[in-house]
Amino acid sequence: MSVVETQHAAKTLMDHLPVLQVVIPLISAPLIVLLGNRKLAFAIAFAASATAFIIASLLLAQVTDGSVISYHIGGWAPPLGIEYRIDALSALVLMLISGIATVVLPYAYTSIKFEIPKRHHTLFYALYMLCLTGLLGMVATGDAFNVFVFLEISSLSTYVLVAMGAKKDARALTAAYDYLIMGTIGATFFVIGLGLLYMATGTLNMADLAGRIADQGANRTVQAAFTFIVVGMSLKAAMYPLHHWLPNAYTYAPSAVTTFLAATATKAAIYVLLRFMFSVFNPAFHFEDWTLYLIFIPFALLAMFAASFVAVFQTNLKRMLAFSSIAQIGYMLLGIAMLNATGLSASIVYLVNHGITKATLFMGTGAMVMYSGSAFFDNLNGLGRKMPLTGAAMVAGGLSLIGVPGTAGFISKWVLVQAAFENGWWIIAVLIMLSSLLAVIYVWRMFEVLYLTAPDEDCTATDPPLPILIPMLILAGACIWFGFDTELTLGSARVAADGLLAGSAGLIVE
Amino acid sequence: MDTSTALYLTMLIPIVAMAGNMVWKDQENLRDGITFLCAVLTFACVLVILSNVGNGTTEAFELFEVVSGLSISFHVEPLGLMFAMIGSGLWIITHIYGVGYMRSNNEQHHARFFACFSIAIAAVMGIAFASNMFTLFLFYEILTLSTYPLVAHKGTPEAVKGARIYLGILIGTSIVLLLTGVIWTFTIAGTLDFTKGGILEGKIAPSLLPVLLGLYAFGIGKAALMPFHRWLPAAMVAPTPVSALLHAVAVVKAGVFTMLKVGIYIFGIDFLAATGASEWLMWLAAYTIIAASVVAMTKDNLKARLAYSTISQLAYITLGMALATSMGALGGGMQIAMHAMAKVTLFMCAGSIYVAYHKTDISQMQGLGRIMPITFGAFLIGSLSIIGLPPLGGSWPKFLLMMGAADAGHLIIIGVLMVSSLLNIAYLLPIVGRGFFRPVTDTNLPKTFAEAPLLVWLPPAITATGTIVLFFYAGSIQDFLAPIVENRP
Repeated sequence: MSVVETQHAAKTLMDHLPVLQVVIPLISAPLIVLLGNRKLAFAIAFAASATAFIIASLLLAQVTDGSVISYHIGGWAPPLGIEYRIDALSALVLMLISGIATVVLPYAYTSIKFEIPKRHHTLFYALYMLCLTGLLGMVATGDAFNVFVFLEISSLSTYVLVAMGAKKDARALTAAYDYLIMGTIGATFFVIGLGLLYMATGTLNMADLAGRIADQGANRTVQAAFTFIVVGMSLKAAMYPLHHWLPNAYTYAPSAVTTFLAATATKAAIYVLLRFMFSVFNPAFHFEDWTLYLIFIPFALLAMFAASFVAVFQTNLKRMLAFSSIAQIGYMLLGIAMLNATGLSASIVYLVNHGITKATLFMGTGAMVMYSGSAFFDNLNGLGRKMPLTGAAMVAGGLSLIGVPGTAGFISKWVLVQAAFENGWWIIAVLIMLSSLLAVIYVWRMFEVLYLTAPDEDCTATDPPLPILIPMLILAGACIWFGFDTELTLGSARVAADGLLAGSAGLIVE
Repeated sequence: MDTSTALYLTMLIPIVAMAGNMVWKDQENLRDGITFLCAVLTFACVLVILSNVGNGTTEAFELFEVVSGLSISFHVEPLGLMFAMIGSGLWIITHIYGVGYMRSNNEQHHARFFACFSIAIAAVMGIAFASNMFTLFLFYEILTLSTYPLVAHKGTPEAVKGARIYLGILIGTSIVLLLTGVIWTFTIAGTLDFTKGGILEGKIAPSLLPVLLGLYAFGIGKAALMPFHRWLPAAMVAPTPVSALLHAVAVVKAGVFTMLKVGIYIFGIDFLAATGASEWLMWLAAYTIIAASVVAMTKDNLKARLAYSTISQLAYITLGMALATSMGALGGGMQIAMHAMAKVTLFMCAGSIYVAYHKTDISQMQGLGRIMPITFGAFLIGSLSIIGLPPLGGSWPKFLLMMGAADAGHLIIIGVLMVSSLLNIAYLLPIVGRGFFRPVTDTNLPKTFAEAPLLVWLPPAITATGTIVLFFYAGSIQDFLAPIVENRP
């Protein structure tokens, strides 16, 4: 008897990782509020997100061979119980989200002193952890309704986090309000879609859904459900032209929030899109490939050009980066729409690499804004020379955004173009490259302001203190590192793409 | 020292030089001394490789694999080794010149300048020894990015604008055209390794071959093939040592070197000849040769005139590749060496005139030759080499190219080469003539011998002598390069 117990206990730790991934940050949030101490709050938040990162890494190590971990919450077998499912795709995205969350926290600790009233600091950490919980939950769960629950957890906390920028600029309030309206519409669409699916199939477990949809084929209810889900999630992912909420939210939110959101929030939404399109519905489902070819591709191309074009004319650095994010999401959607293994892995690796790149850039911007007071280009003159390490991080991020060889961004662009050639879509390949030129223009505008204009006479800016500098340099280093070592990023993305293309077959309930 | 160590050292030593410049920012003698030492050591490493490998080809040394099938790896082959020798050898000379120029001309930010210069050299070494197109592309872009601060060095609105054109065209062409071509090649051939005889035979429809060639030919913006040549004159706002090394030697030669590499090792000369895919490129190169020379005649600014002359001379190398004959490719390879030596002389002379008397326009240089005979003498020798008169190095590549054109059966090309030489005479020799024979008009000039400082006039004198020496060693260069066009693998 005791032997069995020990074995059980020994298995437990690894076995419970999928749920610990979500539960640890979830519990830390109320703990932070109850303890109510600012420094303790930071320590708890940091410990919880670092643990989450370690758990995600352990999970990824288990699934890089293409296997799938299925965890039954409370021991209730799916489809009745809630199931958490970890495969290479979810583990990679979990790692990105928890990794960015961990790196951003020390930065947040210093930067919110400038941006958020002191009495709100503990609340900030609690909301931050809730947001992290929501994002991690969306990715870890294998239950469709659970996705909605976590989506709402992360969205609601995000609205408040954005609104916290109001101390510096009251426009954060309207930005948060915009986001609230748009985000709620998106979430509502999503839940309507789920309702329709439930009506048609009587189940909410993703794997089970996949089997039943395949059995009954495409009827009007399923098609409507698909449409609602895709539109709802596209809104959360800021797919052009549903991106309206994004620029203001990113511009006026506190820098730490912007950094975290830009690297993770839209990425989680894209993850959900991928999950539903490939694991729940089947790409062979006619309606879906039409959607991809006739809707995703045009809008993705439009995003790549229109949003980049708008970015070129921005006068505010944060806003410019926000528009660039919209454009970059276009590339990710384009990779999905290519419907081949290379395209999907391009999309996934793009998602990771762009998350790191944008986090670097927003963090660098935030560090500069601490001294200049605003992110308008006119106030950033020559700061690259005054803050050499921050400037260097911005250069690394900027080059990665363009996709210069030797940076993470290059790898994602390379794979994406390769996928286009594999499909014989050479026009798309050329368009991808042409739109990169717009990125060259807006990134170079930033470089010219930072380096080629003379700083103000009385400018006292220097590199920020270590708690900001270290995370920033880690991220900048990652931009370069993942341009050379692609084992983790592209390797996992390839496994993930194969898993997705194997479709619902890979998701049969044990 | 074994070959791979020496090879990595050629890239590491310039990085050390860069670090030295950043650490000892304010101690200029120490800083410049270290850079000089590094330049000599780099050249020594290239010589070690030369003595180990000769004109053989080594296996690829793989540094690491980035994506399966794509690795950062290097090898030694004759063309690359020659390019590395030119790059590292002229680095020594231009460094001496650069120190003299920057100090006597009171330019700012010396440390940043020499640091970027060193990275550019490291990138050149990477390009020279790259064993696949992926590695080459990586270093190609590093070269672009590291030279951007050099072009924008003065920080004036004019310099910023010039740098913008420079970067826009080079990055733009390389991303939109070259990278597309490279990924296309990788998708159809499954490899990007430089292989004798090419990697594309049987992999691509003959009708698409000229398109792919076009992606490469225009994508390699550094080769300054028309209509993507505008960056070269724009980059002339940079201080003259930059123009001399980077825009007469490193950057543009990296471009045409890549062009030759692609022609010989990606497409394969025989495959190009058999399909005729490069014929359009040959005519475009011929057009560039003539058109750039004509534009050069209209320029009064000396550096602008030299810039257009460079565009014209670079097209010789593209022409050599596009002729798709072994003589043509050899002529192109040799032109890289000969033109580098002659053009670096001309640019250094232009800088020398600027340092001594701040003259930039040819019309103001009347009578200067009698005051600065060494500078103008070197300029004369360099000009004659560009024109292609014996006994100067520049005559041989033209001879080989004409033979290549005859082999390919394109007699018109021979005519183009002759007309081009005449045009070269027309835009280069009047400068020397004005300097020596016209009376001095500017009353502020001294009446007697008064050269630029020693460190400024000595380097061009050395390279001018070099063009004469090269004339007599042309045979060994030809033998050295011969393996690149031999048919047996």
